[in-house]
Amino acid sequence: MSASPLPVRVLQHGRYETIAMLRNGEQLVLAIVLPLLALSAIAFTPFFDVLGVPRLEAGTPGVIALCVLSTAFTGQGIATGFDRRYGVLRFLSTTPLGRSGLILGKVLAVGAVLAIQITVIGTTAVLLGWHPPFSGILPVLAMLVPGIAAFTALGLLIAGTLRPEATLAVTNLTWVLLAAVGGTVIPRSSMPEVIQPVVALLPSAALGDGLRAALTSGTFDALSFALLCGWAAVVGLAAVRWFKWS
Amino acid sequence: MPSSPPAVEVSGLVKDFGPVSSLDGKMIRVLDGVSLRADMGSVTALLGANGAGKTTTLECAQGLQKPSGGSVRLLGEDPWRAGAPLRSRVGIMLQEGGLPPAVRPLPLLHHVAGMYASPLNVEQLAARLGIDSFARTSVRRLSGGQKQRLALACALVGNPEVLFLDEPSAGLDPQSRNIVFELITELRDEGLAIILTTHLLDDAQRLADYVYIIDQGRTVRQGTVAELTAHTADAARELRFEARIGLTLPADRLIHLDVTEPSPGKYCVNGALTPEDLAVIAAWWAENGILPASISLTSRSLEDVFLDVSGRSIR
Repeated sequence: MSASPLPVRVLQHGRYETIAMLRNGEQLVLAIVLPLLALSAIAFTPFFDVLGVPRLEAGTPGVIALCVLSTAFTGQGIATGFDRRYGVLRFLSTTPLGRSGLILGKVLAVGAVLAIQITVIGTTAVLLGWHPPFSGILPVLAMLVPGIAAFTALGLLIAGTLRPEATLAVTNLTWVLLAAVGGTVIPRSSMPEVIQPVVALLPSAALGDGLRAALTSGTFDALSFALLCGWAAVVGLAAVRWFKWS
Repeated sequence: MPSSPPAVEVSGLVKDFGPVSSLDGKMIRVLDGVSLRADMGSVTALLGANGAGKTTTLECAQGLQKPSGGSVRLLGEDPWRAGAPLRSRVGIMLQEGGLPPAVRPLPLLHHVAGMYASPLNVEQLAARLGIDSFARTSVRRLSGGQKQRLALACALVGNPEVLFLDEPSAGLDPQSRNIVFELITELRDEGLAIILTTHLLDDAQRLADYVYIIDQGRTVRQGTVAELTAHTADAARELRFEARIGLTLPADRLIHLDVTEPSPGKYCVNGALTPEDLAVIAAWWAENGILPASISLTSRSLEDVFLDVSGRSIR
């Protein structure tokens, strides 16, 4: 007749959501298969040769950014949209888990799935000949934290305001657009000059740029970090304000 | 009334929804002064037609909706601000269940159980509710009644003091309904406060210690089933019997009663029937050599009370 301690509840819900994400076939395609395809395209085609650094060095950080988008934004957005439709969010919020525990558990699951994705992508890239600098580890983590926060919040904002079918369409389409022209995989510096200033403001470009800086030269891109924190704060507040639980 | 503090106390509850675009952006008042109280160790039923405001009342009491006015107390606290300690003492079964479709019943029950410090034994609960017979099926493929039993198990697994059940018998076959009703009665006897909604009068009649009839967002009647049906002015009873077609009853000896033949061969005598009236009718049967194929004598049912209060037409 009393609740489990908060960390226990959140950890347990994180585990539950992680298993749910890994069991979902479409989600696995989006999380693992598509990024692996992108990585192969980078490794085996000459597209990235124009950037003046080895292909994998130029391309792998963008694929990792793509993983953040697929898991935090599209995956969690769609899952949350359908949970909302089926009343799962309402039911779980009546248990001791509560609303905040539910969201924290989801963020934890995003982190866990992303860790698996980065391990798979990173190992594959290394096997293909990628040599990232060790000094990049801390800057990468520094970028991932606000990156995950911003994209999870964006996914939840859409899931909490639109119907699940619309969430499915919008998050998938946005994923494709941000992957193609959002500065994620293809650096904005190699895009047409007219769209560069717009792309530069996108969280996808900030994440891509920040990860590229960290994984090519081991440097911390403060501007991208600040942009991601800004996005996380604004979208996070919007999600708190407009998210509908039922 | 017991002296212990009530499990749920609602007074003058008002809930507005909106603005609704189809009503030119006006607010719509769903609850307009609901008052009720639910005690520990008893089953309290909210009875009402579809759309009367039963579910909204429950949701305000559960902390899922913020009241627009009035006051709500759940175990003495404000449910809208409830933290984990209060939520751990309350079990909730939502009308639509709220079960994730991709999960199997037992992992889900274990997951919910993990939110509580001292949950019930999941396997025993699952066996009791017959969930083990469909344990290998994902929620998506369960029948309505199976989902209903699983949702009940999810509400119970935390070993709550207060149990909210929104339409607990919806979709249940007679066997499952018996299992669920037995369990509800048992939990009541163990001291839980059980608050349920239903539009099925039979449910209320079988289960409820105390009934609130809700109509158009207001509590319009309240009392035990006996109190509600035994209104002094309503000592009306009804005698029905089946016999040959086209008989003429001795209306001159039954002047204060209403005698009809609603369908051929089926006779109905309505009103304040006395033992003498019954003797008159029986004597008349004997005089005319009538042995009715069936006879029934009924008193006013909860259904009559309900229909009197909330009208007989569909709104």
